[in-house]
Amino acid sequence: MTIILISILFAAGLGVLLAVVIGAAAKAFSVESDPRIETVTDMLPGANCGGCGYAGCADFAKAIVEGRADPSLCPVAPPESAGRIAEYLGITTQEKEKVIAVVKCSGSCAVTVRSPYNGVGDCRSAALVAGGAKGCDYGCIGFASCARACPFDAIEMRDGLAVVHPELCVGCGKCVETCPKNLIILAPAAVDVHVYCNSPEKGALKRKVCKTACIGCRKCVKAADSEEQMTVKGFLVETNYSSPPLPDLVEKTGCPTTALRLASKHAAGAYEGVSK
Amino acid sequence: MSDKPRKFKGGVHPNDSKALSASKAVVNAPLLDKYTVIINQHIGAPLEVLVKKGDLVKKGQLLAKATGFVSVPLHSPTSGSVTALEKCPGPACISVPAIEITADGNDEWGSPFEPVADWQNAEPSALKQRVADAGIVGMGGAGFPSHVKLSPTKPVDTLILNGAECEPYLTADHRLMLEQAEEVVLGAAILARILGLKSAVIGVENNKPDAIAALNKVAAKYNVKVQGLRVNYPQGAEKQLIYALTGREVPIGGLPMDVGCVVQNVASAAAVYEAVVKGWPSIERITTVTGEPLVNPGNWRFRIGTPISKAIELAGGVNVQPAKLLLGGPMMGMAQNSLDVTVMKNTSGILLIPVETVSQYTSEPCIRCGKCVTACPMQILPATISQAVENERFDWAEQLNVLACIECGSCSYLCPSRRPLNQHFKRAKAEIMAARRKQPKK
Repeated sequence: MTIILISILFAAGLGVLLAVVIGAAAKAFSVESDPRIETVTDMLPGANCGGCGYAGCADFAKAIVEGRADPSLCPVAPPESAGRIAEYLGITTQEKEKVIAVVKCSGSCAVTVRSPYNGVGDCRSAALVAGGAKGCDYGCIGFASCARACPFDAIEMRDGLAVVHPELCVGCGKCVETCPKNLIILAPAAVDVHVYCNSPEKGALKRKVCKTACIGCRKCVKAADSEEQMTVKGFLVETNYSSPPLPDLVEKTGCPTTALRLASKHAAGAYEGVSK
Repeated sequence: MSDKPRKFKGGVHPNDSKALSASKAVVNAPLLDKYTVIINQHIGAPLEVLVKKGDLVKKGQLLAKATGFVSVPLHSPTSGSVTALEKCPGPACISVPAIEITADGNDEWGSPFEPVADWQNAEPSALKQRVADAGIVGMGGAGFPSHVKLSPTKPVDTLILNGAECEPYLTADHRLMLEQAEEVVLGAAILARILGLKSAVIGVENNKPDAIAALNKVAAKYNVKVQGLRVNYPQGAEKQLIYALTGREVPIGGLPMDVGCVVQNVASAAAVYEAVVKGWPSIERITTVTGEPLVNPGNWRFRIGTPISKAIELAGGVNVQPAKLLLGGPMMGMAQNSLDVTVMKNTSGILLIPVETVSQYTSEPCIRCGKCVTACPMQILPATISQAVENERFDWAEQLNVLACIECGSCSYLCPSRRPLNQHFKRAKAEIMAARRKQPKK
């Protein structure tokens, strides 16, 4: 009986003693941290995507509080959220334009020439071995390196082609650097018209390997309200993102290869099997 | 140097399959109507094209000139006219710029060079300039400009000629050493003169006894030694050959000249002889066209710019559908997706592989058997590095010296889990080099 009593008393005494030591140590060695950092971290989305360029949301919050970063750098949070953070900290923030990723290729397996590839299922590895074993040297290889990198599941692999879902994409840019063909650009989310081709080759060469390549026929340039809305670069046409065309251009043009597409309809699969 | 067969550490023993074409004498390929000459056939600065569509050219005429030191010019394979400057499928499955020459059938020489019969007394620097002007590259496969290797910045005491031809199936160098032994040996002597050396050594694997005998007949006269080597892949890799012949180890990231050696391929040596003594630029080479699906495998002397489809036609076509077409040997050759790729200065072989011998891609987990570690001729740890790459830990791969990898494929060949080790290392090397380029220079 006494043994049990002694044990309980000893354990309790030890507990009290250690509690005092820990308490004293916490006081003596406490690190001062800015309580605002925690509040700002809570106001951020908490996706830890790294799209802002910092190591996660907490690091970004620290940078904002220390005045090294602008709250609007976060690609995920809506603009109001950046405004709230700025208001809380009493700083000003710039308005930012929402961007989304665009994979500038429409060459799914159905419309392109491909050779059998027998190797690591990663675009960056495949590009080193045989350029991806695809007829087109510039198009999407289709091994989903970008889709795996996306923290928001916004990229779908559809028949060997990476397709961005605009409503899911937050424009963090994580996918951009994973593409060995440099196909992915960040375009203003307000623009819906894009040319889904990235090959600078001559039209005839492109058509040989891909049914949906931009052949540089300039039909869209002529159909646009002003010629400046589309930029012609050699044998490739691009949307001029500083003076973009309206979404009705796609219908007005009637692109013969369907390389000119609306991002929203492209994601919904509206162009499959349309090219002549 | 003792006469016992020498080898390096590690390596593998694939079935050499050389019997298919080893006994077939080299045949000159007939003149074609059209040659599509890929412009950049070497490693180094891209060339500046000197001809335009419609120009008439002679055989051996300069088509494109070198733009830097690590760069070699390109010459016309025959006489005729330039009919197109277009892109054509390249050996890496990516289209590359090329010059299309339509032959006039006369095959008339217009070589820019004078033959130098008295090379023994010629100025070494003039000989080296001839090697550069003739557009000679490493014909074993790498395509590195030969004259750059002949300009060492460190003292060199050994010239090695690489006649190992360790790749299975290939017999182009074998036939060359057998049929043109004197030209190879004379090429070696010219190379030695350029480097200011008195002697040279030719390393040949012991599975080519007839080539060794043929070389030995003429070698002593020119102070060239022929050394037999144990049959072991990759015996023909530069660093492994140096180790086998001299016992010297090239440091990681180093060059043969760091251990006082210069290595040249035997075909390059023969090309040097032709450039100097006959005044011919590098416009043709011996290529093995082989593989089980072919009706009549053999060795041909092709002009550069000959389409692969013509080469396969010469070999009698196929009797069964091949599964794969490779340029080079089965271990390091590059798979092709087009028959329009043309023969280049470094195309040592055109290989068709039947369905049975092509393994389908799988990547099972590493079982830590260590076979790759014993086989690796560079003595790095393929098993561990491949795991680093799979986890995208390229910094770790760099610490494990992945940059020393020579991509010989010995590890992938042996791996019981069929892991794509070689491809992982290619990726790691590319990522590390890209990261280095991004970093600001200190």
